[in-house]
Amino acid sequence: MLVNPFKLAQMGILGMNERNIRYISRYNQRKLFPLVDNKLETKKLLENSDIHVPELLATIEHQSQINNLHGLIPKSGGFVIKPAKGSGGKGILVVQHNNAPTFFKPNGTELQVEQLQHHCSNILAGLYSLGGKLDTAIIERLINFDQLFSDYSFEGVPDIRIIIFKGYPVMAMMRLSTEASDGKANLHQGAVGVGLDISTGRALNAVQFGKPISHHPDTQQQLAELKVPNWQEMLVLAAKCYEKTGLGYLGADIVLDVERGPLLLELNARPGLSIQIANGCGLKPRLKLIEKQSEVRTAEQRVLFSQAEFSNFS
Amino acid sequence: MQYARWPFYTLIGILFLTGLIMSVYRHITYQVPFLPGETLTTWSIEARVEFTADNGPVKVKLTRPYNQQGFARLAESSASSGYGVAYLDDDNVLEWTIRQAQGEQTLFYRVDFLDDQMQNDLVTEAAHIQPTSLAEPYLTAAEQIHQQLLAISADSISYAQQLFKLLTAEENTQQNLALLRDAESNQAKLAVTLLNHAGIAASIIHAVKLEDGRRRQALIPLIKVWDKQNSSAIFNPSSGKRGKPQDMLLWQQNDQPMLEVMGGYDSNVSFSIIRHQESIASAIKAQQNVQQSLVNFSIHSLPLEEQALFKTILLLPVGALMVCILRILVGLRTSGTFMPVLIALAFIQTSLLTGLVGFTLIVFTGLLLRSYLSHLNLLLVARISAVIISVIAIITLFSLLSYQIGLSEGLKVTFFPMIILSWTIERMSVLWEEEGAKEVVIQGGGSLLTAVIAYLAMTNEFIRHLTFNFLGVQLILLAAILALGNYTGYRLFELARFKSLVEKYAGKSI
Repeated sequence: MLVNPFKLAQMGILGMNERNIRYISRYNQRKLFPLVDNKLETKKLLENSDIHVPELLATIEHQSQINNLHGLIPKSGGFVIKPAKGSGGKGILVVQHNNAPTFFKPNGTELQVEQLQHHCSNILAGLYSLGGKLDTAIIERLINFDQLFSDYSFEGVPDIRIIIFKGYPVMAMMRLSTEASDGKANLHQGAVGVGLDISTGRALNAVQFGKPISHHPDTQQQLAELKVPNWQEMLVLAAKCYEKTGLGYLGADIVLDVERGPLLLELNARPGLSIQIANGCGLKPRLKLIEKQSEVRTAEQRVLFSQAEFSNFS
Repeated sequence: MQYARWPFYTLIGILFLTGLIMSVYRHITYQVPFLPGETLTTWSIEARVEFTADNGPVKVKLTRPYNQQGFARLAESSASSGYGVAYLDDDNVLEWTIRQAQGEQTLFYRVDFLDDQMQNDLVTEAAHIQPTSLAEPYLTAAEQIHQQLLAISADSISYAQQLFKLLTAEENTQQNLALLRDAESNQAKLAVTLLNHAGIAASIIHAVKLEDGRRRQALIPLIKVWDKQNSSAIFNPSSGKRGKPQDMLLWQQNDQPMLEVMGGYDSNVSFSIIRHQESIASAIKAQQNVQQSLVNFSIHSLPLEEQALFKTILLLPVGALMVCILRILVGLRTSGTFMPVLIALAFIQTSLLTGLVGFTLIVFTGLLLRSYLSHLNLLLVARISAVIISVIAIITLFSLLSYQIGLSEGLKVTFFPMIILSWTIERMSVLWEEEGAKEVVIQGGGSLLTAVIAYLAMTNEFIRHLTFNFLGVQLILLAAILALGNYTGYRLFELARFKSLVEKYAGKSI
């Protein structure tokens, strides 16, 4: 049932308590948290930079705007309604097909404007925000994700989570939604996590519900063949978020848009620990190595350093 | 950005040592024991007299209980607006009087008894033997029973013992007895009649059964039998057992009527019983602390009502420590960080089982109602307010239902913090929509488990004694919580979470 804690420590697995004390509270200043906890702030921060984000269509700040919702949502094309201060993928409503006034979720569920309005009013009231604070709803253009990955995902956008420590990419995984996860890319809801080799972007191994798997449970695609194109470019994009935000311990969620290339979906100041299970190794040795680096490096140099040091195929 | 840790550890050390020294000082100087030790049990019994007055002068006489074997009377008081009260010690009677009264009247008399095994019975005078006037054929029947009992007994007491054995025999084939029962169906009265007929002094006395938290109890009749030497024995007419039952307090010990009302009708008396338990140490200390000094930092210097409040407040850190342990060391997920402590506080009021059943029922019903509310497209604040009202409605309904069925336990659901319950229902409902029923069960179960563990810690006699009597313990708790806040090791659940990882990759690094 339980595993020997000394073996875990020997493998360098990072635990929740240690993550909170040693890394998050030490390297992430409290005052910087709003930059990533509020997606609008993140977008503002990355405006006019070379880090691209999904196109913002509208923001809803007041209840009165909800009555005019049909004027704010795009006339055509899929879109996403999400809370600006949401966490853990809560409150994200994806509209795949826009057939106004009828809308369809990725799983084919039909939605009317009233349901979208209800969702927006829930967001504004703070149902999904941390601590139940009043929130803003944002409407983004749906990402037209690269068909390269379509066989690896069920009804959802596969995204790539990269942990950035002091600007160095330390670990990465791809999160594939499944039927069990209801199209969401959260591992604890049943999404598949595929560990990615930092030096090449190739799949290392995959897990679902903490158990190793070799094929996607819904599409039966072999997961070992997965390889992320433009891997280095993606790592550099993620590494640059360090300078932008000033947060030392950061999770960057990136999606690959077919037209616009890698887009930064959101940043997370408290990235989860499941990435270790997906990669089959612990974070601690890598974090300790980065802590020892005193040389000032550019984002590109840091990526090269990480690629050289953190290869699983060495 | 790295801070030195030693000032922090020093702070923990100082807090711990200060707490320890304060506690030891209190132990040595004021001789407050570290262990809860012996407790005293006292019973408060309240008699409620009800009658309808005749619109004229009223005089009410109520028999009062006095010292007896196993119980010592501590204090008595009465509540009755407008009535004159007199405690007549000679007859052990309480007399209420008023010049003019009309309509329904309620009078209260309250007496506290100490559970005291050293207390002995007072000798009571034998009751007068009532002349029995049995008509035929009852007289012959009584005479036959008398002859039969006389043969198998030695004295008055053993005669009575045999009589009760006969009266309570399961299969009664005695024709004579059946005949007598036709004339007098009341077992107690029949027994007294037969005893008097045999020339033995006996009378019906009344007792209250001592059960904590009972209301509207009636008196239980017992029979006292005297022998020629004026020593007596008590029999329970329904079981035939000899001796005063341990859990009964004799209210009325001689022949006089229990309640006499002049100037009123429809009179009735009923009893409520409450048990208190207090440690001898705290009783002694309460006296000591009359002469207060600043050094003797103690809750006992506060008035009684505030003391009762602090008894609970000082337990909260224990609950908080339990939550810290379960979240930091175990990794249990709960809905709302300190919600379980508040639920545990409610459990203290309701008792564990009632609390668990009540909580589950309310949250479950609340979730059903909430699922309807979610269809209505309401704003969050309005929806939660609606949930609060629903929770109140549920609680009212449960109270009424359980009262109708006769479960006084059900009334205790009112102790639950309603606003907290409403938020719990709201959060769980959202959790259900977002993550499915499994997560609701995990977090709900985690919350309940935490609440039960916190409850067990907070009701532990030893812990209650320590937190209430030693304020230094609070500092020790604070030090423990601070130390826990610095724990960077694995959580118990993480050992299971990362299990597959170790099994597959053990030995590989980076």
